[in-house]
Amino acid sequence: MQVFTCPFCGPRDETEFHFAAEAGKKRPIPAEAVTDDEWADYLYMNSAPRGAAREVWLHVTCGEFFLMMRNTVTREVAEITPLRGRTG
Amino acid sequence: MTGWRHDSLGRQIDRSAPLPFTFDGKPLSGFSGDTPASALLASGIRVLGRSFKYHRPRGLWGMGGEEPNAIFDVTENGHTTPNVRATTLLLREGMELRSVNTAPDAARDRMGVLDLFNRFLPGGFYYKTFMAFGWMRWEPMIRRMAGLGRLDPGHCPPADIPPVNGRCDLLVIGAGPAGLAAARAAARNGREVWLIDEAAEPGGSLRWRGGDIDGGNWREFARDTIEAVTAAGGRLLTSTTLWGAFDHGLFAAWERRDGRPDRHWRIRACETVLAAGAIERPLWFANNDLPGIMSAEAALHYLSLHGAIAGRRILLATGNDGSYPIADALAQAGCAVILADARTDPPTAPEGVEHLPAARLTGANGRNSVSGALIGDRAIEADTILVSGGYTPSVHLHCQAGGKLDWNTASDSLVPRPGSSVLRVAGAANGGFGLARALAEGHAAGGGAGPAPRVAVGDWQLTPMRPDPTLRGRQWIDPQNDVTLKDVRLAAQEGYRSVEHLKRYTTLGMATDQGRSANFAGLAAMAALTGRTIPETGTTTYRPPFSPLPLSVIGGPRRGALFNPPKRLPLEAAHKEEGATFREYGGWLRPAAYGHGDETELVQQEALAARKTVGLYDASPLGKIEVIGPGAAELLDYCNYLRISTLRPGRARYGFVLSETGIVHDDGVVLRLAEDRFIVSASSSHAASVRMIMEEARQDIFDPAKSFIHDVTAGFVTLTVTGPKSRDLLRAAELPEILCDDGSLPHMSVIETRWNGHGLRVARVSFTGDRSYELTVPARHASALRDTLETARQKVSGHWIGMEAVMILRAEKGFILVGKDTDGLTMPHDLGWGGPRVKRKDEYLGRRSLFTPEARRKDRRQLVGLETTDGKTLPTGAHLVPVDGKRRSLGFVTSSCFSPVLGRPIALALVEGGRERIGTELGLFHLGETGRVRICGSCAFDPEWERLHA
Ligand SMILES: [Zn+2]
Repeated sequence: MQVFTCPFCGPRDETEFHFAAEAGKKRPIPAEAVTDDEWADYLYMNSAPRGAAREVWLHVTCGEFFLMMRNTVTREVAEITPLRGRTG
Repeated sequence: MTGWRHDSLGRQIDRSAPLPFTFDGKPLSGFSGDTPASALLASGIRVLGRSFKYHRPRGLWGMGGEEPNAIFDVTENGHTTPNVRATTLLLREGMELRSVNTAPDAARDRMGVLDLFNRFLPGGFYYKTFMAFGWMRWEPMIRRMAGLGRLDPGHCPPADIPPVNGRCDLLVIGAGPAGLAAARAAARNGREVWLIDEAAEPGGSLRWRGGDIDGGNWREFARDTIEAVTAAGGRLLTSTTLWGAFDHGLFAAWERRDGRPDRHWRIRACETVLAAGAIERPLWFANNDLPGIMSAEAALHYLSLHGAIAGRRILLATGNDGSYPIADALAQAGCAVILADARTDPPTAPEGVEHLPAARLTGANGRNSVSGALIGDRAIEADTILVSGGYTPSVHLHCQAGGKLDWNTASDSLVPRPGSSVLRVAGAANGGFGLARALAEGHAAGGGAGPAPRVAVGDWQLTPMRPDPTLRGRQWIDPQNDVTLKDVRLAAQEGYRSVEHLKRYTTLGMATDQGRSANFAGLAAMAALTGRTIPETGTTTYRPPFSPLPLSVIGGPRRGALFNPPKRLPLEAAHKEEGATFREYGGWLRPAAYGHGDETELVQQEALAARKTVGLYDASPLGKIEVIGPGAAELLDYCNYLRISTLRPGRARYGFVLSETGIVHDDGVVLRLAEDRFIVSASSSHAASVRMIMEEARQDIFDPAKSFIHDVTAGFVTLTVTGPKSRDLLRAAELPEILCDDGSLPHMSVIETRWNGHGLRVARVSFTGDRSYELTVPARHASALRDTLETARQKVSGHWIGMEAVMILRAEKGFILVGKDTDGLTMPHDLGWGGPRVKRKDEYLGRRSLFTPEARRKDRRQLVGLETTDGKTLPTGAHLVPVDGKRRSLGFVTSSCFSPVLGRPIALALVEGGRERIGTELGLFHLGETGRVRICGSCAFDPEWERLHA
């Protein structure tokens, strides 16, 4: 069982967290200007990397969304930063 | 009858406390301190079970979790626990042991005849034969023949204690010499050490091998260590199996406690030392599965701890120095011992032992038990054969934690690659056999300063022992699953050369010992047969659990009512007084109906009463998500399909929350209490997820400082008054007069007022189509509100109504339940809510998805009503099919009931192009039955919506 560190609450068991999205995906807008393919890519195409990953996770217990850099093979968590004040 | 009990040896047993027990109905006796295995060995019982496939007789092999054969159904106090290892259980008075996979018992098994057909049952036989000739037909027979113990359905072992979470500086797995040295070194440095061992006492192999450490008996060393561990705040957990290594340093352990429920531990350790020891390998020769052939190490274990000795005339076949003290101990105990060593230059034999150098064991004789052996072509007289094919390090937990293995020639084994897992491995688990190395490696792994504990004995030497494909006769690789060398050869010939394929093709290593004694042999045999080295051949994956453990231990108290406990209403007791029957709805325990008698009738009466006078129900589970702040309206516009910012304070609006894929996630009413304050009434089962959808938008898209979201559902109680006389009930309850003024509180509006010294919020929203009031107070004032309404209810002849009646009332109006009347494809325009999709020009959640080619299809399933042609209530889930032509599903019935106010059945359905079909007929297909229905609008009752204002 992995331990993730919520920027708001501190280290907690992984059962308290949900994966939210791969980071860096920009929601394409406005709807009128977005093609079907672009929208489908946004909704369904994930890179699911083997190794280093950059993801948005949710600490369900407190409701905080945050950025997590982790390795999907070694399960090592490299860095956790709050969403607010982020650059991209 | 060859096993016997020595009259003085056996330091673990108490001869003053005899324990009667039975095996396959036969009365026997052991001593306190015995295991069933040692007691049966001492009683001279050899055949303890039958193998899985051929039903060959099987005897005791080992001394712990590696035991493949001595597995029993154990009955105590009338309750049976299946498949218990006789080696890891303490004997208790009156235990009834029954061999598994036998009929009628181990000694006289009828299925033993299968062994005569062994040449027709090669590896892969079951797959090839029964898959080719219809598995379904054969399965029941094979299932009866296969499997081990029998389940006692009435027996639910007590495990009602929650798992215990623990943390420590250093976790030491295994309290043998290496583990003790590691724990002592770390504890002396002031670290909190947890030391865990499967056995009832620490010591590991020292318990039967003995030895002096630092000039004193090993027991002093062990006592010293435990004292140091305890003094530094650590603990010793005995009779505890560490069964799994998980991510980020989490370990799971199963503690067995005499007379009390087993306990489950979840341990987080900063660092971990694995000192799990090694398991003795068997030898491979003709008939090497006969009862009476045992692990030499296990024989010493039973001799030292229980005084139980396997035979009188013993052949010990080995290739390593570790067997020499065993031969010595057996000779001193009075056995005639022949020591056959495969090496040409073996060490000096102990006194009184017949020594055969360069001697390879090639076969065993006997039918149900050993009666002799063959060394080359020479016949040896022996009633027992002890073997040592070397040792396999217990690397399971290292591998579970992601560690890799390297081949090590000196120890002739696969050993952990340093640094490839978070565990530091020491002693025999690391291929470091012999006491001196175990202590040195343990001391270093525990961070010990200075010299390691000293011992007088040197290192072990060994020569590799391998299965020999050129030998005649059947050589057993996996005794429980009946895999022979021939089966491995067949697998190799048919191309199943990877160990993972070999395992699945032959079932090698898939027995309940999980290949403890078989995997290495299978690997070595495959390497020999394919001309590869062992590292080239590879190893199988190690997965938890290390040993089988009862699922009830992992589950703990999370079963039955506590498996997924529903939420409870603050007014539950009051509803019970009113005669309510409770049932789970959307994760909440709620009244289904009130009163006694036939529930269907009660529900019909309640639903009718609510239409005639007034119904009163507890709507507290309705989600109450408060959204406040200057950015609240903007946030809600984005999160809702209908615009919210255009709502005036004091007004309510019904709408949907969509997922980004455009699918209806939830429906509900949003109340605007002030410019910057809203309540989102999510449906009870979706409140948590709706909150998170809004949180994600708030934090990801908007300025999170401009709005806040609170789920306050549990803090309030809501009672709903509905029906033509609902306003009369409010008046009778003497609630504030403003509530009864339709000018101040029209339909789809909300008022916050004060009543009884606290806040009262009343919303005019309706889930029934009748005039309705939702009255909400802080949960601590629930009883006062309920009592007031109850008194008034009696004055206006109202009724408490349960959820079943509410379900009828809403279905009569065509009001949906998301997830029941919608599915994972339903979009708002399928429900007749196409307006915002066409009109809204701003961005909102799920918007783009409403314009994909899929979303634009003409034949989307749409919500409609159904009328029956024969007066029967339709089955929910029934499919709607074309009247003529090829039968295919056009949709299905989502809700169905008998409407008492209409006096006929009603139903809702999702149907392809449903709205265009209104007025036409469709076929109905359900579990082979067919019928007819007419499509109609979804609102069956009061389609002019006059009653809202009546
Ligand atoms: Zn948190």
